[in-house]
Amino acid sequence: MSTTSRRQFLLQSVSLLGSLLLAGCDRLSHSQWFTRMLAVAESLNKGVRKGTDNRLSMAQEFSEADLSPSFRSNGTARPASAEYQRLAAGGFTDYRLEVGGLVTTPLSLSLDEIRALPSRTQITRHDCVEGWSAIGKWKGARLSALLQKAQPSSAARYVVFRCADSLEEGGDPYYESIDMDDAYHEQTLLAYELNDSILPVENGAPLRLRVERQLGYKMAKYVMRIELVDKLDDIGGGHGGYWEDQGYQWYAGI
Amino acid sequence: MNDPLRADVVNAQARQPYYRHTLPVRIMHWINVFAFFVLLMSGLQIFNAHPTLNWGKSSYNGRPPLLDIGAASDGSGSTIGTTNVLGHTFETTGLLGVSRGEDGELEARAFPAWATLPGPRWLSMARSWHFFAAWIFVVNGIVYFAYGFASRHFRRDIVPNETDRGSIGRSLMDHLRFRHPHGEAAKHYNVLQKITYMVVIFVLLPAVVLMGWAMSPYLNSLFPGWVDIVGGRQSARTLHFLIAFLLVAFVGVHVFEVIVTGLWNNLRSMITGRYDVRTEKKP
Repeated sequence: MSTTSRRQFLLQSVSLLGSLLLAGCDRLSHSQWFTRMLAVAESLNKGVRKGTDNRLSMAQEFSEADLSPSFRSNGTARPASAEYQRLAAGGFTDYRLEVGGLVTTPLSLSLDEIRALPSRTQITRHDCVEGWSAIGKWKGARLSALLQKAQPSSAARYVVFRCADSLEEGGDPYYESIDMDDAYHEQTLLAYELNDSILPVENGAPLRLRVERQLGYKMAKYVMRIELVDKLDDIGGGHGGYWEDQGYQWYAGI
Repeated sequence: MNDPLRADVVNAQARQPYYRHTLPVRIMHWINVFAFFVLLMSGLQIFNAHPTLNWGKSSYNGRPPLLDIGAASDGSGSTIGTTNVLGHTFETTGLLGVSRGEDGELEARAFPAWATLPGPRWLSMARSWHFFAAWIFVVNGIVYFAYGFASRHFRRDIVPNETDRGSIGRSLMDHLRFRHPHGEAAKHYNVLQKITYMVVIFVLLPAVVLMGWAMSPYLNSLFPGWVDIVGGRQSARTLHFLIAFLLVAFVGVHVFEVIVTGLWNNLRSMITGRYDVRTEKKP
């Protein structure tokens, strides 16, 4: 064998081995036992959070100088449903936020009633799972204040947010869920203002969830209904959110 | 040399077996190889979801990106891959921006399918691989650090000693001329090797992990504002990427040196621990 053909043979072997490995990895990605094993990392991430969190750690807050010139809209920019279009056309005066599930007092609140709840204003960084960040100033009702009104039963473990939009035409509506630690966190808001103006439709009007210690996909836009539940298995695909049902991590603090 | 007995005698004189790497180092080395490649390739898949690097606290701060990989029309109906580095645009069709997928068709994607894990566009799966490998990488790294200090592996093998300090110039010349140490000198790392390993072990590897943590919204909240030390979250993301490529450069040089200084002998020393010291035959 000459040097060049030997080198070629070696290179070909390496590239063949490489593609076999890659194909193997892609097969593993489709197998249930392997993805379950990969999910061990998510449990460990949750463990880190449990081991360090007392509901007190605060997301970094910024100054007006750090604000992004315009706040990027991602996902749905305008929900297609006739019901949402009607509410938007009326300036959301007919909008009611329903709060139900495992609560003592189910609620149906107008935007004015929500604006009357204890509020918080915060300049925070929104981190998308894709990798980009945008800094915006949010004002909204504290979710903890809303929950105090509704009084969750002791069995409630998650807060589920049902939304007006679906990402595919005619597809399942967007939904999300968080646990009680995040629900009662000081920075967790139902935001109705962005950068000192009424929350625009492309950013989730009339109400958009802010969970500042997690990634953007947790922060459901166009929130219509809030449900307190003890488990997530029976909702949507059973993983606690639209993107979670597509394989994304439920705990998106990393 | 046809007499087998005589050949044995000659070999015994020329090759002196030497126990080079301890079992813990060997195990941790290969765990690290696995974790590194999974992290690298799943990281490139994650990068593909937003193939832009910015400097600052957010991506939208009015400043142009440092790196941007995209696809554009060339005006004649076909799509070309473009890579913009610090304001300079290069056409990178075939590698960056536009490349052939597993079906052989050209598709718009930042890093090509052969470099990413999984191959097809699949962000959520890449994140699953990445965090799984990250845990292995960090735990392995912590055990390695503990072992390195406790067993004096760092002090004995990695940190340059008195004699190394005077040999930097000579070692540099030796490397440039591809002249490699033989005999006794091959039993320990040379000074350039030691400095490189020091930088990789004590600077680059901890830094790449730290810059990964800097991207986590939850870890940010434990010490609010700590990411501003490096300029903010998007700066941290850029540094995470750059350090990853410095590590790729290290691995490239490392593998090259392993091959040119005796592939099998080196590889065996990292598998069984045995390394043959070849003494130069005097004429």
